Amino acid sequence: MNNPLDTNKAYQTYVDKKSPNSPIIKNCIMAFLIGGLICSIGQVIFSYCEFKGLDETSSGTIVSIILIGLSAFLTGLNIFNKIGKIAGAGSLVPITGFANSIVAPAMEYKSEGYVMGVGAKMFTIAGPVLVYGISTSIIVGLAYFIFNTQAILV
Amino acid sequence: MQKLGKQTIKFDNPPTILNTAAIVGPKEADGPLAKYFDKCLEDEMWGEKSWEKAESKIVKETVNTLIAKSGIPTEKIEYCFAGDLINQCISSTFGLRELNVPFYGIFGACSTFVEAMQLSSVFIENGINYAICCASSHFCSAERQFRFPLELGNQRPPTAQWTVTASGALILSKDGNGPFITHITSRKNC
Repeated sequence: MNNPLDTNKAYQTYVDKKSPNSPIIKNCIMAFLIGGLICSIGQVIFSYCEFKGLDETSSGTIVSIILIGLSAFLTGLNIFNKIGKIAGAGSLVPITGFANSIVAPAMEYKSEGYVMGVGAKMFTIAGPVLVYGISTSIIVGLAYFIFNTQAILV
Repeated sequence: MQKLGKQTIKFDNPPTILNTAAIVGPKEADGPLAKYFDKCLEDEMWGEKSWEKAESKIVKETVNTLIAKSGIPTEKIEYCFAGDLINQCISSTFGLRELNVPFYGIFGACSTFVEAMQLSSVFIENGINYAICCASSHFCSAERQFRFPLELGNQRPPTAQWTVTASGALILSKDGNGPFITHITSRKNC
């Protein structure tokens, strides 16, 4: 009799051969176009704010607020996931994707209550990103602190 | 009842599948099997307020359809084996609560239905007359349980699977004209 592990391996190779791959080139182009469009919208808002006389920091904050608000709104209308299906990383990587990843679980878990549902599950998707993002920034900060101090000592 | 080898049981009085019922959602109704289902829903919520409540309602209506089709009064049904994909088997529990039949909630993911049939076959072999087996799932509730919220804008690979929105039920009986369950074999966890 065949070794079951060999059979599993053979089956996996067979499945990999048969299953269609994701259309990577098409996905990349769509991500580039829609991601670029989102960033262009951000730039338009930014330039408009500067034109109206705001400084760079305030303009950047306003861009973030508007894009987050817009994607949260579109998530609520069930439109964002349709954009995300086409755009992929294009709508996921900008701040819009982050807003979507918070609003989507908040909506979905509402049926489990406001504390144990919305409150507890809101960060199920964004949580890992925050944990490792903040952890990495601590490590980078420590490294900066150590090397900077040494530089001063030298 | 006789044990054959390490995984198989052979029944002396094979139980019969007396009748079956199935209610499915809109995506399943689009497929080639639509004409075999008892009811195809147009609305995945079925007038309920949450996906879980909708799934419970699908379970409840499927079992009611089954009982109506088989013509066996509810009082004669002695046990019910049912399962779904949600925490604590709530879809089955709440769907079958008003049925007032002793209930075993089981979990076997894809194998839940066959698991229910195997367990109830053993019960019937040992003197029970009628038992109901039921399984259910709902795309929207399962998606949240195992994958991502529905509103999340992510891309699915072309081979991504789609959890069925449906419930199926059957009634097993001691006497009948078949189809029979003559043997059951469960898998070893190798």
